[in-house]
Amino acid sequence: MARHVNDMTIRLAGEAGQGVESGGEGFARALSHGGLWLHTFPEYMSRIRGGLNFFQIRVSDRPLWTHTEGTHLLLAFSAEAVGEYGPHIIPGGALVCDDGLKFDQDAVARRGVQLCPLPLAKIAQETGGNKIMMNTCALGATAGITEYPFEFVADVIRKNFARKGDAVVQSNLKVAEEGHRVGRERYAAAFEWKLAPLDSRPERMLVHGNQAFAMGAIAAGCRFMSGYPMTPASSILEFMAAYQNAYDIVVKQTEDEIAAIGFAIGAAHAGARAMTATSGGGFSLMVESLGLAGMAEIPLVIVEAQRPGPSTGMPTKTEQGDLLFALFASQGEFPRIVLTPGTQEQCFQTAVRAFNLAEKWQCPVIVMTEFYLTTAMRPLAPADLPIERVVIDRGELLTSEQLDALSEPYLRYRDTPSGISPRALPGHPKGVYQACSDEHDEYGHFEDEDAANRLRMAGKRLRKFRNIVDDLGGPEIYGPEGAELTLMGWGSSYGAMREAVDRLNADGTRANLLHFVDVWPFPEAKAAPLIEAAQTLVAVEGNQTGQFAHLVRAMTGRRADHLVLRWDGRPLSADYILAHLKEARVHA
Amino acid sequence: MLDLKVYQSPIKPTWCPGCGDYGILNAVKNALAQLEIRPHEVMFVSGIGCGSKLPDYMNANGFTTIHGRSLPIAMGAKLANPDLQVICVTGDGDGYGIGGNHFLSIMRRNPDLVHVVEDNMVYGLTKGQYSPTSPHGFVTSTSPDGSIEVAFNPVATAINGGATFVARGFSGDPKHLATLIAAAVRHRGYALVDVLQACVVYNKINTYDFYRQRVYKLEEAGHDPTDRDGAWRRAQEWGERIPIGVLYQVAGQPTYEAQVNALAAGPVAKRPLAPLTAAQANALRREFV
Repeated sequence: MARHVNDMTIRLAGEAGQGVESGGEGFARALSHGGLWLHTFPEYMSRIRGGLNFFQIRVSDRPLWTHTEGTHLLLAFSAEAVGEYGPHIIPGGALVCDDGLKFDQDAVARRGVQLCPLPLAKIAQETGGNKIMMNTCALGATAGITEYPFEFVADVIRKNFARKGDAVVQSNLKVAEEGHRVGRERYAAAFEWKLAPLDSRPERMLVHGNQAFAMGAIAAGCRFMSGYPMTPASSILEFMAAYQNAYDIVVKQTEDEIAAIGFAIGAAHAGARAMTATSGGGFSLMVESLGLAGMAEIPLVIVEAQRPGPSTGMPTKTEQGDLLFALFASQGEFPRIVLTPGTQEQCFQTAVRAFNLAEKWQCPVIVMTEFYLTTAMRPLAPADLPIERVVIDRGELLTSEQLDALSEPYLRYRDTPSGISPRALPGHPKGVYQACSDEHDEYGHFEDEDAANRLRMAGKRLRKFRNIVDDLGGPEIYGPEGAELTLMGWGSSYGAMREAVDRLNADGTRANLLHFVDVWPFPEAKAAPLIEAAQTLVAVEGNQTGQFAHLVRAMTGRRADHLVLRWDGRPLSADYILAHLKEARVHA
Repeated sequence: MLDLKVYQSPIKPTWCPGCGDYGILNAVKNALAQLEIRPHEVMFVSGIGCGSKLPDYMNANGFTTIHGRSLPIAMGAKLANPDLQVICVTGDGDGYGIGGNHFLSIMRRNPDLVHVVEDNMVYGLTKGQYSPTSPHGFVTSTSPDGSIEVAFNPVATAINGGATFVARGFSGDPKHLATLIAAAVRHRGYALVDVLQACVVYNKINTYDFYRQRVYKLEEAGHDPTDRDGAWRRAQEWGERIPIGVLYQVAGQPTYEAQVNALAAGPVAKRPLAPLTAAQANALRREFV
């Protein structure tokens, strides 16, 4: 029998409320503690109980950037999970479930999938005294079938159940151990995929994009967050609320998204580093206030965690469909910065940069993520989250001493060569000024009639916009120079593109990728030569029309030769990209 | 008492001759002067409309925002820096119509800020359409057959909605109005001052004369502002007699900002920003191992 060690995908699936996500996350931590590299992501329905959810864990002995489309082991807690996800199990893979689960066993077996029914509920009841522990039993069994040492599972059980008391810890341990023993005895011999801890087991954090972003925000000194719950942005608001007392952050859930951005604008105007987070629907409501932040030159960070639209769309699925909307939302023209991190590390870094750029350029910064990135977890080294080493740059913020020394009246909107006007915070006797949403003069007073003033002030703001680009980076290049095939993307397509590039090169096609985090103002000088150099340019995007490809064509004149797009609500993967390239005969 | 000149802005108001907003501007300045609040200690936040130009006509921190959204912006500023005396200035359309959800929400939160509503019962700056407080049957360019809606009652709504200070003033009596605004500023909590204001161009019904013939002062009528039921009954009076003065006030209710733990050590807007310590950073990271 072939034996594949540390190269597999496990999917837990069942109804909402059956512990799919918590169990999956616990198992992922048990693997991470064994030094293994992971990529996990959940999929769930927009309901609180019932339905069908999954949590997927890909495991490797090398760093992972994306998921696979197929699974090697499905741990199913409901017949619906078998029906829906059974076809995703690759031949030779295993279906693990309670032996009482009723489903069409022949249909599964016909596909060459190994059936692994186990008395999960019975073991939970008899060994632990409660059927509720059957998912603990199932995770023990999964470790048993894959021959992963029980001690790693036991450690996570001890940690996760600690707050429920020793009795609960002990029963769960007994149940998991029995599951491990039975699973190993019955099915390990026939299952080809194995998991083994690595010798090197450094401490790593398992975080998803929203956690990494929120940690970056705290590191950057975010002191104020307002928001209105909306999937998939809510976990940022919840994270900040959980840490509000530890790090002195004012966190406010507001009556709607219009108020959420309003609170953040008010707080930022008063001098706190402030942010709000939402998805496309909430961002739509914020748009008028976004223009206010542009006009009044308020430093503000807005997270736009995308999900498929239009309108309510698919609330718990993923898409990159809001790019051009975010770039151009609001009436009129004003400086804004749009950043699209692609990995968990980039979420952290982007949060820090967003606050610095917002204060330096005194404008709104929109950080765009997608459901996939907000929920997908990867293990990161402490150095990937350098919380204590971030640079906090507040830009041209006048100190109290500088204001004391002012001999002229303070001009909040002074026309300067850079376009940046030194900012005073309200509260100083010499820093009294007006801000307004109307066109205004250098003092900030209304001047919504005069043409010369309009040219001067709108010109000052445009000068800022033109200068911002010097602070932005071009795309990351991965893969060999002079490649015959160049994939181009933004945001969370990074991982899928990266693995696709590795596999293309391994199979003899010279491929590389260009990945953009800094999207707007478009870093034309840095990006255009790289885009021009691409022999065959393939835009990879999680949307229907290739929005970034449109932008690149508008900014550089280069038209992408092919588009690999996905808009079924599911995330891009290397498997998906390669299948589409093959179908379109893009490479030999 | 400060010299009123400290609030003098170089900008000349664009309001129509005879506009009630002049009286409100004077009353605001007088109230601040009485309380000796200096221009840098106060922050005006307004929306859009004739009256919302008021911050531009004051020498004080000011932020003229967008239509309907001044309350959230004002409260955000207050939460970031509770040391600022925040005064929100809106019209009736701005505060009660487009911003209605924020009005209902802020009353329940009780931040220590003053909300002055220049209630002229008409949209003036857009040249005369009916507003949330326009009377039933009010004929305008968008209601040629008369407004079919009944008028919104802001003071009754505020008493019912949890506001801890509810007053009504009259722009034709700026001296009395100044005492109401000063009382609102002194009040610890959300203070609504609804101001009956004539629009000399677009509201031919609710004129100075209309009000002068009808208003009476609650403090001269033996009204007890701590009596919520009594305040509610007074809030229903409209017609031959219209009460002005403090309708309702409950003292001692905690403000929103006083209950926010993050503000216990002072305004977050004034804290110096520095990276977390290595110990703090390690503690945060360790939670995700």
